Amino acid sequence: MVDIHPAVRKLQEAFPALTLDVKVFREEVSVTVPRKEILEICRFLYTDPDLQYQFLTDLCGLDFFPEHPRFEVVYLLTSMRKNQRLRLKAKVEEGESVSSVESVWKAANWLEREVYDLFGIPFEKHPDLRRILLWDGFEGHPLRKDYPVEGPDFDKPFVPEV
Amino acid sequence: MAETRFMTINMGPQHPATHGVLRLVLELDGEVIVKAVPHIGHLHRGVEKLAESKTYHQVIPLTDRLDYTNAMGNNLAYVLAVEKLLGIEVPERAQCLRVMMAELQRIAAHLIWLGTHALDIGAMTLLFYNFREREDILRIFEEVAGGRLTPTYLRIGGVSKDLPDGMGEKIRSFVEAFPARMKEYETLLTKNVIWLQRTKDVGIISKEDVINWGVTGPTLRGSGVKWDVRKAVPYSGYETFDFDIPTGSIGDVYDRYTVRLREMEWSNSIVKQALDRLPKGPVLASDPHVVLPAKEDVQKDIAALIRQFKIASEGFYPPRGEVYASVESAKGELGFYIVSDGSNHPFRVRIRPPSFLNLSALPKMVEGRLIADVISIIGSIDIVLGEIDR
Repeated sequence: MVDIHPAVRKLQEAFPALTLDVKVFREEVSVTVPRKEILEICRFLYTDPDLQYQFLTDLCGLDFFPEHPRFEVVYLLTSMRKNQRLRLKAKVEEGESVSSVESVWKAANWLEREVYDLFGIPFEKHPDLRRILLWDGFEGHPLRKDYPVEGPDFDKPFVPEV
Repeated sequence: MAETRFMTINMGPQHPATHGVLRLVLELDGEVIVKAVPHIGHLHRGVEKLAESKTYHQVIPLTDRLDYTNAMGNNLAYVLAVEKLLGIEVPERAQCLRVMMAELQRIAAHLIWLGTHALDIGAMTLLFYNFREREDILRIFEEVAGGRLTPTYLRIGGVSKDLPDGMGEKIRSFVEAFPARMKEYETLLTKNVIWLQRTKDVGIISKEDVINWGVTGPTLRGSGVKWDVRKAVPYSGYETFDFDIPTGSIGDVYDRYTVRLREMEWSNSIVKQALDRLPKGPVLASDPHVVLPAKEDVQKDIAALIRQFKIASEGFYPPRGEVYASVESAKGELGFYIVSDGSNHPFRVRIRPPSFLNLSALPKMVEGRLIADVISIIGSIDIVLGEIDR
């Protein structure tokens, strides 16, 4: 493997049974990990004294419709002590859910709500999983690739009920 | 024994001190806040979705409208990500101009923050002083880029045009006058007893908490964490400029106030350094597949005309891959995560909004405080809803 990112090496040592798919593009390291292990892995990366990924920079979703598995949840971690970045990815099929990492980083609270809102990926054990940018009665998840940019009802007249 | 009952009150979304359309539902025990729940999304325009149907060049104007007090910084974060994806080099003069504009913009953004923050707390005078200086910066932007609030000055590969004649002197006269203006602001606030009472020991958030909540920018540094993207992951040649990262100690409203004031001074110094060293040369890279040709060439040369037409209508095709680039905007770490599938539209443009995460830590700061403190705490984390709701 070309990669010598310390976090990847450490991860492989700590979880020998896992197959990690490592990609490097423009010096950025992305590691695809099994969906079921994400919480364990995040906790390990957070606590390991050599890594200390204590800052969750970003958490977002990707939709690869019509491929299977359809979604990816992307975690961008930063270790302020070591000044390193690492991107974690977990593949998620439609209807499946991902463990919330809110117990590791509080920052995940709103970020996961946003992914749930715009992609419809549910997070297990999230303390407050509600829509965040759109209102509660909204139908659909706009950042999915099969959601039209104009909205599903752009050509229908809007008549409010009185 | 009488039973305890909490009162729930609604604050916003049309409340002048919520800096936009933020709605807070506050649960109160007398005047003490037990629970605060922010409701956001009133300004959601679907920028990330829109970007997927545009070419890479067409996304730049959308970024101006995220944090509309910091348009140059937003442009910069986006073009840096696209340039990283393409692997193109930006000429030195363009990099220097970018730094200059981003720092002027930071001063302008912090001036709005200072004026409105002080206004919320009751110090009305300052707003007029701040907008006087901000107007100078916006005039500079107007002359340089053609737009005041949404200049869309940066391009993939450089900046849209070079400085007009005599602009250097105008920027220099601003830079030289600004330190004296800073003194005026400080006379009004820094040792003002009312200001101190409203800001000292209010809205404290610890070092561990700010990091765990993903907070960045002056709010992070106010709690004593020395972390600035300009130093940690330098871009556009920031590593060659001489500046320091101001930090606070306990992370109260007053610390965030002093951090931002010192930041303005450093930004002013960076603009001066950039002016002094401004190298000669082109302001756009010469990659013909990506960069639009000069306007004069388009009017004279058929090849340039074809190139202009092709890039403006069809765009360009970057390699497959994904990149993340971030800048230290006035609010914190603003990042763009771009996924390319090799087509002329981005597959996904994810914006990492600093204000979004900074606001998510608001309940942590206000709970247990008085209702009047909410106003000063919201002011101190300096949110812009255009960026939070995207």
